[in-house]
Amino acid sequence: MNFPILSSLILLPTVGALFLFFTKDKDGNNLTAKYVSLFTSIANFLISIYLWFSFDQTTSSFQFIEERTWIEGFINYKLGVDGISILFIILTAFITPLCIISVNNSIKIRLRDFLIAILIMESFMIGVFCALDLVVFYLFFEAGLIPMFLIIGIWGGPKRVYSAFKFFLYTLLGSVLMLVAIISIYWISGTTDVIKLYDLGIDAKYQNLLWLAFFSSFAVKTPMWPVHTWLPDAHVEAPTAGSVLLAAILLKMAGYGFIRFSLGLFPVASEVFTPLIYTLSVIAIIVTSLIALMQVDMKKLIAYSSVAHMGFVTLGIFTIQQQGIEGSIIQMISHGLVSAALFLCVGVVYDRMHSRLIGSYGGIVTIIPKYSILFMLFTLAALGLPGTSGFIGEFLILMAVFKDNFLVAVIASLGVILGAAYMLWLYKRVVFGKLINSDLKKMVDLDRSEYFILTCLAIPTLFFGFYPDPLINTMEVSVNNLIDMYNLNLIKK
Amino acid sequence: MENLNLILPEVFISLSIMFLLILGVFIKNSSKLIFNASLLILLITSVITLNETFTINRITLFKNSLVIDYMASLMKIITLLAAFLALVISSNYLKTFKIFKIEYPILILSSVLGMMVMISSNDLMVFYMGLELQSLALYVLTTFNRDQLKSSEAGLKYFVLSALSSGLLLYGCSLIYGFSGSTNFDIISSQLNSNEYVLTFGIVFILVGLAFKISAVPFHMWAPDVYEGSPTSVTLFFTMVPKIAALTVFIRFLYVPFLNLIDQWQMIIIFLSIASMLFGAIAAIGQTNIKRLIAYSSIGHIGYTLAGLATGSNEGIQSSIIYILIYIIMNLALFSCLLMLRRNNQYYEEIDDLSGLSKNHPLLSLSLLVILFSLAGIPPLAGFFAKFYIFKGVIEQSMYFLAITGLLSTVIAAFYYLRIIKIIYFDKEKEKYDDDHSLWLKFSLTFSTILILLYFIFPGQLINVVSRINII
Repeated sequence: MNFPILSSLILLPTVGALFLFFTKDKDGNNLTAKYVSLFTSIANFLISIYLWFSFDQTTSSFQFIEERTWIEGFINYKLGVDGISILFIILTAFITPLCIISVNNSIKIRLRDFLIAILIMESFMIGVFCALDLVVFYLFFEAGLIPMFLIIGIWGGPKRVYSAFKFFLYTLLGSVLMLVAIISIYWISGTTDVIKLYDLGIDAKYQNLLWLAFFSSFAVKTPMWPVHTWLPDAHVEAPTAGSVLLAAILLKMAGYGFIRFSLGLFPVASEVFTPLIYTLSVIAIIVTSLIALMQVDMKKLIAYSSVAHMGFVTLGIFTIQQQGIEGSIIQMISHGLVSAALFLCVGVVYDRMHSRLIGSYGGIVTIIPKYSILFMLFTLAALGLPGTSGFIGEFLILMAVFKDNFLVAVIASLGVILGAAYMLWLYKRVVFGKLINSDLKKMVDLDRSEYFILTCLAIPTLFFGFYPDPLINTMEVSVNNLIDMYNLNLIKK
Repeated sequence: MENLNLILPEVFISLSIMFLLILGVFIKNSSKLIFNASLLILLITSVITLNETFTINRITLFKNSLVIDYMASLMKIITLLAAFLALVISSNYLKTFKIFKIEYPILILSSVLGMMVMISSNDLMVFYMGLELQSLALYVLTTFNRDQLKSSEAGLKYFVLSALSSGLLLYGCSLIYGFSGSTNFDIISSQLNSNEYVLTFGIVFILVGLAFKISAVPFHMWAPDVYEGSPTSVTLFFTMVPKIAALTVFIRFLYVPFLNLIDQWQMIIIFLSIASMLFGAIAAIGQTNIKRLIAYSSIGHIGYTLAGLATGSNEGIQSSIIYILIYIIMNLALFSCLLMLRRNNQYYEEIDDLSGLSKNHPLLSLSLLVILFSLAGIPPLAGFFAKFYIFKGVIEQSMYFLAITGLLSTVIAAFYYLRIIKIIYFDKEKEKYDDDHSLWLKFSLTFSTILILLYFIFPGQLINVVSRINII
């Protein structure tokens, strides 16, 4: 057996967290904690890059498989990646160090504990994307609730308790049904091993209920309309680093789950429920875009835009076409980068002015020009301007939807326009306009670490916007295989 | 008589009780000696049990009225160890309240003896004898802090209601005896067949009596008051030890004499289970006293245990036993924390007293965090696996309604566990509590928390332990 690279990806942050646990906690500038966590997460990122380079793009089968007996005759601890999951692992490993750098200004109390929570969160998130056993997947999927609950609850804003509870209970409620479904699958098929289940297929008569059970969990996590209401609250109250993790990675778990489990395991049911997903996605795109237009709080606006963007993702996944699914994955990666950057941008001004209200800004372009440029870049990426990664995703998704259903595509395209409207209007109100609030004059431009983080996010956003091939090459074979398997299983049943 | 060594544990413990009583009469100020001796006796008895009976598959003694099998041995050892832990961590508490007397450990021992008889019973009479022995000892223990009004009230309430339930139980036993002509489980089992619906009455009465003992809804009314009123050390004993014996008896009743009548009792158990899970979860939300809250949460947890029993399969029984084991460990941890909330010789037991605990006591709060998330059943902690096994058993029998209700009530229950975490971590801090805890208390907290936290690494071990239990 080779070196267990995936397990080490999962374990390394936990080890770092454990190390931090034994260091002394002090308030203020806790440099040890910062450097240890930064070092761990960067090491993890380097491992994930190594993983990408040694990944074989020509085969659709799972790679780097690790398998150990966990509960005799029942569950195996099984990990592995294919072209779809590897991208999310890299995204996670990429975003986490940036989060850790960003805590410089925003976290004032119990910095060590915060970094521990972030690192443990990283372990769980990578675990979700590696797991090839349903129970292992569920374990990681649910375990992530604990650190996130604490991140929102301890370090959050004034309404943090309400938001943390809402986040936790909503997600838990969605997920318990998935647990029932997972155990049922075990009794129906005799295994919870995803690869074996792909081969075996699941009896068509059970698929609808099982699909709905998984859907209940993923829909809450995505979040899809009408169970999205926890997201704006959680985002608004969470500290910047928490919002970034939530938007960039936590939401992607559900999209990944849809691709890996809903499509992979329940093709018959997916066919049945595609209209439902289409309807909910289209409603999400239009309704939440309209809601976003009316927001006065920047974070809330971006949170609603996340719901709309995830609506595109679910739409693309359930077109069940090469372009659609690839578009969705690119859209998720791009949203991971862009929404993370937008939350950081909000965090930057919030740290200076302690206000997230759009109305308290205006005309800051002359005061903090560097910030304004980067903010503009991400605004344009969020609305899907050609040349940014946001465009590639949305374009591919819409192309696939046009082939499938003209009406849906037209309405969804309307969402693109609305997206442009609320993002540009946000930008205009915050950055341009008359300088009314004289306090703003005291604002200083980006410091080194902020500049570094935003540049780090800007480079891949632009790079993949012009040249998405590395992403597409990585996932193409796997997505192809998924669709073939889907169609095959559909015919078989 | 060559089988006498099989009941050596019981014989040893009863002789020790008498010896300790005499010792207590003749030696002045012997409470410390007797306390330590009792601890030793509990350990020795568990070693004897392990040595003499652990390898035996199934032997019946005294005209089939006692049964020694793997389940009995295992449950006895667990009872003894749980009683040991419950006793050893409460010494400081007892001293603070000036109830560190010779009777306390002796009563614990006699109650444990009663439980051991219950666990091994294969006859209605023997079972009832064991039950009454443990109950009588528990009545006294509840009122042990007799100068406190609440303690006396709790004891009286427990006594009256428990006597009532024992009456119902006896009535059920007499009905069963009337129909089958014997009090022996094996004979009852061979005499009964599912056509005799009148028997349902007998079963219902017995189940009501047993449900009372494990405080399943709707026979739970005593639990919150008794848990709150008793000294914390007794509450700790209540939540950990008697449940093991009661569960064993429950399993034996349902699956030895009444296995053929599964259609009749299954619905009752399912009802008890669902009612307990939901009620425990909902009623706990409004509580302000930690002990009361634990009472409601234990009602909820009993509901999950019963869900495992309702399945009518070996997997279900095993999962129930695993559940109760993990629950005991979580309770041990929780009470260790509770016993640490001491300031100037006063113990604090309101939830608000936990406010901002994380600021002054980071390690204690972290343990509480782990314990509470585990009780709520969030992976990857031990409590999740406990629930997971239960629902695995339940879903195997296609009892989806039970599974979904159970899981939904975990979401409701999560709310009040989260509320405590919120108070510990998000709220303003209060004064510091004392840090000078006994070594045993620290040990039990550390040990149980680590067990809960790292259970996921070797979840198979516990399954191996219980997988030899094959009742059906």
